[in-house]
Amino acid sequence: MRYAIQAEGLAKRYGETRALDGVDLAVPQGRLLGVLGPNGAGKTTAVRILATLLRPDEGRAAVGGFDVTKDAHRVRSLIGLTGQYAAVDEMLTGVENLMMIGRLLGMSRADSRRRAEELLARFDLSEAGGRATKTYSGGMRRRLDLAASLVGRPQVLFLDEPTTGLDPRSRTELWSVVRGLMADGVTVLLTTQYLEEADQLADDIVVFDHGKVIASGTSDELKATTGAQILEVRPLEAAHLDLVAQVVTDVIGETPDLDGGRVTVSVHDPAAVPAVVRRLDDLGVVATELALRKSSLDEVFLALTGHRAEEPAGEKEEVFA
Amino acid sequence: MTTMTTAATTAMPAAGRHVTPLATLRQTMTLSWRSLVQVKHNPWELLDLSIQPIMFLLLFTYVFGGAISGSTGDYLQFALPGLLVQNALFYTLSTAIGLNTDITKGVFDRLRSLPIARTAPLSGRIIADTVKQVWAFALLVGFGMILGFRVETSVAGLLGALALLVVVALAMSWMSVLIGLKASSPEKVQMIAFSTMMPLTFTSSALVPSQTFPGWLEAWSDINPVTHLADAIRGLMIGGEVATPTMVSLLWAAGFAVVFAPLAIRAFRNRV
Repeated sequence: MRYAIQAEGLAKRYGETRALDGVDLAVPQGRLLGVLGPNGAGKTTAVRILATLLRPDEGRAAVGGFDVTKDAHRVRSLIGLTGQYAAVDEMLTGVENLMMIGRLLGMSRADSRRRAEELLARFDLSEAGGRATKTYSGGMRRRLDLAASLVGRPQVLFLDEPTTGLDPRSRTELWSVVRGLMADGVTVLLTTQYLEEADQLADDIVVFDHGKVIASGTSDELKATTGAQILEVRPLEAAHLDLVAQVVTDVIGETPDLDGGRVTVSVHDPAAVPAVVRRLDDLGVVATELALRKSSLDEVFLALTGHRAEEPAGEKEEVFA
Repeated sequence: MTTMTTAATTAMPAAGRHVTPLATLRQTMTLSWRSLVQVKHNPWELLDLSIQPIMFLLLFTYVFGGAISGSTGDYLQFALPGLLVQNALFYTLSTAIGLNTDITKGVFDRLRSLPIARTAPLSGRIIADTVKQVWAFALLVGFGMILGFRVETSVAGLLGALALLVVVALAMSWMSVLIGLKASSPEKVQMIAFSTMMPLTFTSSALVPSQTFPGWLEAWSDINPVTHLADAIRGLMIGGEVATPTMVSLLWAAGFAVVFAPLAIRAFRNRV
């Protein structure tokens, strides 16, 4: 298999803190790896090492087959990077920001202008292209930032929490852009605190916690690792909720959650489900919803780390956006 | 996981290992264009750059001029070269502010992730700031001439003064780069600039003849590099001794570069 990104035993210390503590990664060409983890898990440190911005203390990494420390210049010619903050020059216009990158990459003035206009159109920024970017909204800056990382048509793209702080609409738009890039065959490494984002976009997921990879696999594989499935029962009559909860507790032996008119419990033995159905039938309780589903990544994360993926501060902004 | 060597055989086509000198030059020019084109969108920056020295020029000439030199005209002749020095020194720290803004906004990381010469972001900025220095010099001299300032030496003397200021500013920009790399925010840089440059220029012969200082201050003023630089610029523009103060200024500049260049380069390498 061809790996566009490969890392072995990456370690980085800041004083006593081990930001990265022996991380292995492998991303096949054209795939999207989602790096999932809470704040301070080491996601950004890993991206910075792979994007040649930081030297690892231990371990090695290659992008497109080139060593990130020994052949950094070649790595840089293959990659695009979009960091956590929109890295655009606020004093320049959208066109000028993109043209600057194009010129730096050796394009002629005409070519860099053409490429800038093409990307602005693709990111719905054509109208704003002539304005200084300090007048842009947060979502527009992020889009311009992503456009800037695409000027050189990178084969490998690093997206470090690209949607943190974005409103839900901008987030969905960015997701569709990422899907488009993948259709073009670009390899993507995306870090996120949002479980849903990894679930939506990633082919493979690695979960970071305290500078280590604590789990990896496809979304489905990860969901299966907790060994549990989730049973959800919603009675037709809300008054039956406690009765259903009682039945579930009796049959499965665990206390369920009662949330939103629904009884939710994790099930380790699928054979318990028919038993629940029979008991409910006997009692004359009608269920409008009775489902056995895989646990969500949120639940997986909790099972793996013992703590929830923290809700990023960005969540708040959405409410007022 | 397969080994790294198999990955190497599937290497994607990429550019060469290093940046050619010609490409380095082009990238440097692109990045200095970037700093200069900002002026087009933010004319205030040029005004910031110009209004403060003009205000100082007017205030010092008309408020203190009579008291210091007996007449505003005499004082203007004396003070303009000193104000040019003060302004040039202040302005070297704009390199620090610009660099620090790039770092805190993430623009610096974006540039470093591109396949360009490592030095281009620094040299591009310094070239742009030198252009702005020349602009500020021309503006201040031009405005001074409207108020009645006269160059008493020659055009060569005037150009010599400009050249000396540019050389000293370039040497100082090593310190500026170090501050820009190390400071936690652009506001911090501004504070450092103000709290070092202000006392340094005021305790020199830039704005007043240092003979009136108390003994200890005069002793310091004689050491203060700003005094020597102001004397040299004054000599070049309105006459007086040139050789010694110019030599001392250049030695100070060289000393600055020798101390701060390695520190700045090390700080830059650690970032890279």
